[in-house]
Amino acid sequence: MSSSPLGLYVHWPFCQSKCPYCDFNSHVREHIDEARWRTALLAELDHAAADTPDRPVATVFFGGGTPSLMEPATVAAVIERIGIRWGFASDPEITLEANPGSVEAGRFRGYRAAGVNRLSLGVQALDDAALKGLGRGHSAAEAMAAIALAGAIFPRSSFDLIYARPGQTPAAWAEELDRAIAFGTGHLSLYQLTLEPGTQFHMRAERGDLVLPDEDTQAALFEATEERMTAAGFATYEVSNHARPGAASRHNLIYWRSDDHLGVGPGAHGRMTTSVGRRAIARHRAPETWLAAVERDGHGIKDDSLLTSDEAATEALLMGLRLDEGVSAERFLRATGQTLWDVVPADRIEPLEIAGFIARDEASLRATRAGRRVLNAVIAALTG
Amino acid sequence: MTPQARIRNVAIIAHVDHGKSTLADRLIEICGGLEAREMRSQVLDSMDIERERGITIKAQTVRLAFTAADGETYQINLMDTPGHVDFGYEVSRSLAACEGSILVVDASQGVEAQTLANAYQAIAANHEIVPVINKVDLPAADVERAKQQIEEVIGLGAEDAVLISAKTGLNVPAVLQAVVDRLPAPIGDPAAPLKALLVDSWYDTYLGVVILVRIFEGRIARGLRVRLMATGAVHEIERVGVFTPKPLLVDGLDPGEIGFINAGIKAVAECRIGDTITEERRQAAQALPGFKPSQPVVFCGLFPVDTSEFENLRESLAKLRLNDASFHYEPETSAALGLGYRCGFLGLLHLEIIQERLEREFNLDLIATAPSVIYRIHVRAGSVLELHNPADLPDPSRIERIEEPWIKATILVPDTYLGSVLALCQDKRGAQQELSYVGDRAMVVYRLPLAEVVYDFYDRLKSVSRGYASFDYQMDGYEEGDVVKLSILVNAEPVDALAMIVHRARSEARGRAICVKLKDLIHRQLFKIAIQAAIGGKIIARETVNALRKDVTAKCYGGDITRKRKLLDKQKKGKKRMRAIGNVEIPQEAFLAALKTDDR
Ligand SMILES: Nc1nc2c(ncn2[C@@H]2O[C@H](COP(=O)(O)OP(=O)(O)OP(=O)(O)O)[C@@H](O)[C@H]2O)c(=O)[nH]1
Ligand SMILES: C[S@@+](CC[C@H](N)C(=O)[O-])C[C@H]1O[C@@H](n2cnc3c(N)ncnc32)[C@H](O)[C@@H]1O
Ligand code: SF4
Ligand SMILES: [Mg+2]
Repeated sequence: MSSSPLGLYVHWPFCQSKCPYCDFNSHVREHIDEARWRTALLAELDHAAADTPDRPVATVFFGGGTPSLMEPATVAAVIERIGIRWGFASDPEITLEANPGSVEAGRFRGYRAAGVNRLSLGVQALDDAALKGLGRGHSAAEAMAAIALAGAIFPRSSFDLIYARPGQTPAAWAEELDRAIAFGTGHLSLYQLTLEPGTQFHMRAERGDLVLPDEDTQAALFEATEERMTAAGFATYEVSNHARPGAASRHNLIYWRSDDHLGVGPGAHGRMTTSVGRRAIARHRAPETWLAAVERDGHGIKDDSLLTSDEAATEALLMGLRLDEGVSAERFLRATGQTLWDVVPADRIEPLEIAGFIARDEASLRATRAGRRVLNAVIAALTG
Repeated sequence: MTPQARIRNVAIIAHVDHGKSTLADRLIEICGGLEAREMRSQVLDSMDIERERGITIKAQTVRLAFTAADGETYQINLMDTPGHVDFGYEVSRSLAACEGSILVVDASQGVEAQTLANAYQAIAANHEIVPVINKVDLPAADVERAKQQIEEVIGLGAEDAVLISAKTGLNVPAVLQAVVDRLPAPIGDPAAPLKALLVDSWYDTYLGVVILVRIFEGRIARGLRVRLMATGAVHEIERVGVFTPKPLLVDGLDPGEIGFINAGIKAVAECRIGDTITEERRQAAQALPGFKPSQPVVFCGLFPVDTSEFENLRESLAKLRLNDASFHYEPETSAALGLGYRCGFLGLLHLEIIQERLEREFNLDLIATAPSVIYRIHVRAGSVLELHNPADLPDPSRIERIEEPWIKATILVPDTYLGSVLALCQDKRGAQQELSYVGDRAMVVYRLPLAEVVYDFYDRLKSVSRGYASFDYQMDGYEEGDVVKLSILVNAEPVDALAMIVHRARSEARGRAICVKLKDLIHRQLFKIAIQAAIGGKIIARETVNALRKDVTAKCYGGDITRKRKLLDKQKKGKKRMRAIGNVEIPQEAFLAALKTDDR
């Protein structure tokens, strides 16, 4: 049996309304036949289990969309089926993404009872005007209540904030961040607002109706965030993720470390290292297409193929360099079958090392703080 | 066989756009050369690029059968020529094959610079000239003024000018009748040893290497073994034909006739344009005078955007050269751009057209370096060097002096714009030679350094005259010039492909302008980038591109991996289109923009 953990992602593609900055596979539907969806998810789990190595599942992640719109019974059924098909490793991490609206909060206890032991809340901002600007349906008060409730109900919790918002000053962000830290939550995901193509925000920005802080301000905000979090006892273990000791998301670490993961539900992706290479599985993205496929074929797989060795290596670097621990040579070899130092030769590393963007020892290659701030360019330079 | 007395060979000449090709359409129609369904406008402009730009680039020949007023059928060999100054060479070759010309003048424009230039060429070739005033259908047509200009400016009698509209067909048959009446028939002894002028040659997908000939003496027919007098090569004639404009095979060609041959020649390079073709057994005593080979006047480097496309570029140049013997190329290696070719052209339009044909017909993406003229470098050791590439300029300490090419430009411009045109010529270091008036239009003759014309003269002339000025030029010798090499450095490394030779007085402004432009085009990278301009080791301008401050994806989870990987791959592909100078990536546009930089 492999020593690497197996993670399982479950996608719930529905939301109450579509946020103007969001390019996730999330959709608004008037009516959802939840029983039908539950059956389909369970069917796809059965299919996935039959087709993947018999290993216990270490982590489960319900993501979206808005999984907190699922009935707790659906969540319970999915967790139960995973237990039956794969079995759980000891002390599994089971996360559910939740929106902080009051309706969702009412279900928190149900999720806990179903087996969820970590809640990730999409708070986004701690100020009503900012929430409105982001097109969110909840208030700051609701968000704060949800944070407190999550802390009381779940052994572990986390929440997300979006910063570098239009008009946001470094001082305002520092103040908001201090309030966030004060909740005592063990984990925070702090994302710089990104203009994703196809979103309303993107369109508004193209028209000039929405202006993000300039590059220098963004850089300053990014650096100040890490400094502030470090001072508060959090490790910035990934570009946008901060954890108190022991509180890192084990599920997300699976992605960044190129360990194995399976995904079920519309648009879910999976990666598995097999004896013949790294296998990539993608499922139909449109909810209805996926549902019809599962009902017809027992699964919604759209593409199931092996990555080329170049692709596998690129992915391992792309993901691994986001972590403060960097890319471990050993994990790289396990995931891609290639030697890290062959893929990234010294002559590519050296100029970046001298400039202070990259650091290395025999066991790993990692981006420095300065390197992480410009990680896309560093990765492009490393991969040639 | 048509008796010589009923053959007429005629070239249509005019300024750009005065309607030569449209007139050729009408003449073809009248003589039934093509059926109505085969007809389209400017049918002789067969290249895509000619049709799109609405200009003739290559001269075309058609044989027409015209029944004249005397009831006899005449063989008219008609040559449609290009009007643009870059293609003057095509015109001169066509003139050498004919006894007369149709000089077309647009009634709404009057005599323009190329009307003059081409008319003078025809006069020098001893041509009988039939003036034709075209576009009389236009409301702005002013026939009297056009006539007056033909008489005053060119010095040709215009009382018998034929007034037509090539567009509507009005009075067009009278043009053919005038050709029959006024042009002399060719003369030549059919029994003498063959003497044929090699007028042109090109590669045709169906016909192979086609040679266009004008027979002066003797007869050419299939099976005849001929000798090319300049090269001495002997070939057997495989095919003889004429264009009607469709290719039509004939038994042979007799004195006075124009047609094409195929002769087992594989490469266009084997036939020297202007050469005389004679018989292997019975040689002509003396070759025809022929014509001077065309001389490229403007050079630039052409490099594939994607370095792996070099082979494709090499093959494409060879193929294109089959169709256009007037452009030259030689391999060039640039530290910045890699492997490519230094190419020579007849002018800027020619350069643009070759580049566009390479990109379209051969699917290449190219980087062109700044156009440069040929400088003569007098080295202290006493030798003279012809410099085609600014990057090759020897160290200044070894140079005694540099000479640059000058031209004699003729500009016709309405009086209102004369002031601005003179100011422009002055700004371009010109020396005025003549100034005269033709009605309300001025005709100025200026001597100018060719390098200044190559830079942005056309564009500025157009803008200062609102498009009303016309321009023609001839090479006019070399003169010592106070020119220097302007180098562009990126992070202290000189970029050879951006080097240029400029007049000292302009060098600083140009250097500064290029630095500013490059700063805009080079995107922020991991390291700070210094862009500098230098003249002889002295830095005269500097700009800095600051290092990237922030460039990192905020969220990247399981569902994002594929997309982010594809994005990176796409970026890498884009990088192939960039050129690395040290660790700096320079986008292709930077090379283009640098040469279009305005220094005023
Ligand atoms: N109104 C009008 N337009 C004409 C006439 N003859 C030609 N044109 C137009 O003038 C333009 C130029 O005609 P062309 O026949 O291509 O001119 P050209 O002299 O062959 O041009 P180049 O080969 O580029 O030198 C076209 O748009 C024609 O339609 C005419 O008699 N009357
Ligand atoms: C899967 S999403 C959404 C989870 C949940 N539906 C919600 O909106 O609260 C996870 C997180 O990504 C972040 N996010 C989404 N779009 C973003 C964007 N355009 N820029 C920055 N962060 C974004 C938000 O913080 C969000 O909570
Ligand atoms: S709730 Fe979350 S997933 Fe849904 S649209 Fe908003 S940001 Fe996207
Ligand atoms: Mg034409």
